[in-house]
Amino acid sequence: MKDKTNIVITGVGGQGVITAANILGKAALKAKINVFVSEVHGMAQRGGSVNCSVRMGNVSGPLVADGTAHAILSTEPIEALRYIKYSNKNTIIITDINSVIPFTVSVGMEEYPEIESVFKELTNYGKLFKIDAVKTARDAGAIITKNIVMLGALAAADVLPFKSEILLETILETVPSKFKDMNKKAFEGGFKTIKKH
Amino acid sequence: MEILEDKPGKQILLLGNEAITRGALEAGIDVATTYPGTPSSEIADTFSIIAKSFTKQNKDPGFYFEYSTNEKVALEVAAAASFSGLRALTCMKHVGLNVASDAFMTYLYVGCRGGHIIVSADDPSCHSSQNEQDNRYFALFGSAPMLEPSTPDEAKEMTRIGFDLSEELKLPVLLRTTTRLNHVRGSIELKKIQKSRGKGHFEKDTMLVPVPAIARLQHPILLKKMQQAEKISEKSKFNKIIDIGKPDGYGIVTSGVSYNYVMELVNDMNLNVKILKLGMTHPIPSKMCKEFIKSCKNIIIVEELEPILENQIKVMAYDIGSSVKIYGKSSGHFSRLYEYNLDIVADAFSKIFKFKNPFTTPKESKIKLPSRPPSLCPGCPHRATYYAVKKAAPKTTIYPTDIGCYTLGKAPPYETADLLLCMGSNAGTACGLAIATDQKIISFMGDSTFFHAGIPPILDAVHHNHDVVITVLDNRTTAMTGHQPHPGTDFDGMGRHAKRILVEDVVKGCGVKHIEIVDPNKIKETTEAFKRALEFKGPSVVISKSPCILLENRDKRRRGEQISVYEIDQEKCQKCKICINHFACPAINYGEDESIVIDEQQCNGCGNCADICPFDSISPKEAKK
Repeated sequence: MKDKTNIVITGVGGQGVITAANILGKAALKAKINVFVSEVHGMAQRGGSVNCSVRMGNVSGPLVADGTAHAILSTEPIEALRYIKYSNKNTIIITDINSVIPFTVSVGMEEYPEIESVFKELTNYGKLFKIDAVKTARDAGAIITKNIVMLGALAAADVLPFKSEILLETILETVPSKFKDMNKKAFEGGFKTIKKH
Repeated sequence: MEILEDKPGKQILLLGNEAITRGALEAGIDVATTYPGTPSSEIADTFSIIAKSFTKQNKDPGFYFEYSTNEKVALEVAAAASFSGLRALTCMKHVGLNVASDAFMTYLYVGCRGGHIIVSADDPSCHSSQNEQDNRYFALFGSAPMLEPSTPDEAKEMTRIGFDLSEELKLPVLLRTTTRLNHVRGSIELKKIQKSRGKGHFEKDTMLVPVPAIARLQHPILLKKMQQAEKISEKSKFNKIIDIGKPDGYGIVTSGVSYNYVMELVNDMNLNVKILKLGMTHPIPSKMCKEFIKSCKNIIIVEELEPILENQIKVMAYDIGSSVKIYGKSSGHFSRLYEYNLDIVADAFSKIFKFKNPFTTPKESKIKLPSRPPSLCPGCPHRATYYAVKKAAPKTTIYPTDIGCYTLGKAPPYETADLLLCMGSNAGTACGLAIATDQKIISFMGDSTFFHAGIPPILDAVHHNHDVVITVLDNRTTAMTGHQPHPGTDFDGMGRHAKRILVEDVVKGCGVKHIEIVDPNKIKETTEAFKRALEFKGPSVVISKSPCILLENRDKRRRGEQISVYEIDQEKCQKCKICINHFACPAINYGEDESIVIDEQQCNGCGNCADICPFDSISPKEAKK
């Protein structure tokens, strides 16, 4: 499937997954690349599992097909695994290492798997990059910039069909001016974490 | 605001729903109405955001917008604008059209004057709905012209041109969308924003009153209009035949979002086919379809949900004596269930065209993952109400519920959602359960639902003296769909001050004798109130009043106030786990060494956990920004 870039962004409601997907879509448009961004979110404002498809290039279907993601970007480790059907052996999987415990686990109905086993399992499905996006976001100025850290990491992974500068420009155009510096730091922080790998 | 840019030719990225709003602006919209419902909400919310920005500057946005009491009222308000010569749009989710259907069916007899687009946002796969009904049947049922967009850009164009179509036919036009259009962003090309018409004028006409004698005249007029509509459909730019490669007898008929999957696959798999892409899907262009059938030996019909195109194509094939082979739902190649995607369409095509499905069979993690169902937010006042109810009510109590965040009470440990049909059904089914059983009944609905459809069943309960407890969870907003105003808020969708109607005033007016008004954050008092309501013979209403915590905290942040989060004193905590097992706030988790901790990222500072802790171990920590 040439001339296509399929990105899946997953996480937990409230982590900025939809915002990240939207920014990526805007950046593609800025780079004059055909793009569709699809949101799948459940009923609640927060706490549910969220996933977005960003498809760029010679595409017309809005959803990523099984086994065709070039990258899976996840703001929570088990959420990367939940949508692993989109991966193939070449898929780049970037996940934040910080877990968000579902209430089904806190009330004792279900168990959260041992975190190292999650990472080990992820390596069976693609090329895994683990990053501490919460720490990088905190260093940039606020945890809320975690989704921007993730975008920075994605930009460094050589999967996007446009230059990382375009993504950064789009982010800076999207966020309120007083938060520009913080988001720039977050993006650059995320970018470095992958380049170091 | 990017959506208001008047730069024809410019490409911008818009959500399908925003694109519909833009299309209305490019057609000079005068009046837009809605009752919010996923996946339609952002159409109306975009009108509201625009209107509010104008109101703030003391300017007129050029259109009137309202969040109506329910979908039926929304349709009636907009229809009246159309009768007065103005352009109107009404949007709702698919089940909303059930509510509006009484007005809709006869509106088609009466016909409209100014262009009127009725948007139905269907939800294949029930992403956020109680069913996945296919509202294309409403176009066939009532004889409404229908447009079905495939992409955000097409949604914008169909909205814009749909107003002209509506005025030409003097019929409202159904714009039928699905989640995968409503919630997809794509680039759209801006066209000029048209000036609205301002005030209209209502011309009296006896044909606007369909008493039986008039209705009998209206029906043949409607059928004639549909004949005219079919002629338009034959020439519509939204209906077209596309040749891919060198077609060799295979044809595909498709519409809506399915078209995208078809196009991507036929291109990727280098298939030689001709595609009949239908955008105006009622009435379908029968001449065009018959010619298409004649030119094919095999036809594949790709449409989500019901076999509506399929059945019509089959009838036409029979009419022209064609022996074309038809692949679709009845042949077993496609399902009537759920939304489609590339994988599903590829799977069917691989069987028909005999190629290997390019997509791998789905892999599943070998590790069992905990589910992450949506849950009531930390600090949600509904949790406190449910906690109190469970303290007050006997075990066999039945809890009819309704449509809103509070439906999430279905999950353990609350389990306060036993029965649900539709908006307002909590109180109606409560009445029936009171007749049919000796069990105690406590029903739940939100304030927006109360105004929408909750009042008539309360009248039924009062009139017949049914022994029920009806709870109105009054959080002063329509929370689930994104915090829209309703008759109980003191502002409207234009951002103007509006008359707030109190739930208790309405309930008193309905003749309810036993009314309890509680703050659910005072859990003990709330428990006592439910006990008294249960003891009362006859209908009682408990109004549980506390604003949605998300709205309250947003307002606090805007005012620069701080939100104090709570923490657990590990010395005092006895690990009784009431806060986890019975209150189940998502912010309370197990920490290291089986300790119980509050996640300050998630805590919204309601303090209810401090109330329910029997060992006084929970208290405010420090303020968080």
